[in-house]
Amino acid sequence: MAAKRPVSPDPDESLFDSGLLDSFALTDLVSGIEAEFGITIPDRDLNPRKFDSINRIVEYLENQ
Amino acid sequence: MAYLAGFGHYLPPRVVTNAEIGARVDSEPAWILNVSGIEERRFAGAESLVDMAVKAGELALAAAGIPASDLEMVMVASGSSPRSFPGPAASVAERLGATPAAALDLPMASAGSLFGLALAARLARGPILVIGAEKMSSVVEREPLEKGVAILFGDGAGACAVHPSRGLLKVIDSELCSDGAYAEDLKLEHGQPLAMNGRVVILQASRKIPAAIAAVLARNQRTAAEVRTFLMHQANQNLIDRVAQTLGVEPARFYSNIRRYGNTSSASMLIAASEFFAAGRLEPGQPIVFAAFGAGFHWGALLAETGDGKD
Repeated sequence: MAAKRPVSPDPDESLFDSGLLDSFALTDLVSGIEAEFGITIPDRDLNPRKFDSINRIVEYLENQ
Repeated sequence: MAYLAGFGHYLPPRVVTNAEIGARVDSEPAWILNVSGIEERRFAGAESLVDMAVKAGELALAAAGIPASDLEMVMVASGSSPRSFPGPAASVAERLGATPAAALDLPMASAGSLFGLALAARLARGPILVIGAEKMSSVVEREPLEKGVAILFGDGAGACAVHPSRGLLKVIDSELCSDGAYAEDLKLEHGQPLAMNGRVVILQASRKIPAAIAAVLARNQRTAAEVRTFLMHQANQNLIDRVAQTLGVEPARFYSNIRRYGNTSSASMLIAASEFFAAGRLEPGQPIVFAAFGAGFHWGALLAETGDGKD
């Protein structure tokens, strides 16, 4: 993650545009989601747009 | 499976620093180093892609002790060939003195030399020369210069002579994969600037490279911890470190020269291998893993083992 301290982004805030995520941090985020929720996210679902905000991540997880 | 009998590489002499390329795309040298691990790269100037390929190929053949006239095939992987056809392979083979050996172009960026090695190992009934050669400066220079592209790439060529029965390394197995669903995420159209969706490339490469390596190791009852050295496409130091982390091995086990040469696309893996093996002979029985990822997407890994040089 680019940020070192806990942050609370707005649910619709772009995590990329706000600087909270970059390409490599996104890889960490996806791995963290997989570990936290006990799921395997297939490579085909790894579209950065699906993980660009809190709400988009929630939407993705709710559809699993 | 065949043997990797000798490596060679060629890099043009002109050094392009981060300060020079950064000034053209409004980027600080320290930022370029931080996001890529690159301090400088080489640009070929008047030298052609074929010129560089021939020089690397000659060195690989000399290292392997194979006369060009003995070659049954010459493969040239390149994503920066200046024309649609003919590709560089026939010209390279002719200049090496390999005519009438079959000359095969692999128009694949970044993963081309890995695919070439794996194919040569499967096909070799006689010696096959595999070359990765790129003149990426001809791509970088296309207007409008794009920062994320311009800072990354350099020119050069790497080569490996593959022999059916003798060599430095015995090829054990390979894993080659492609997925055209990502064809639009990294592409070079005729006469156009290189287009790259960096987030998708990094995300997919971070997952697919370790998966390919793990697959080829598991199939051969090996673990990443047992691998002596990983020779990976030199795309980005942060990506190399990420792959090492995923596999649970120290980044130092991944040979890296990206700081000096940048990303030379399909040439990079063989340039790295050539430098690594020039540094000294290894004890027999040590696993070596080659790996690459590139436009297509194409990706994969190849497992080889150091031997006594005999069948």
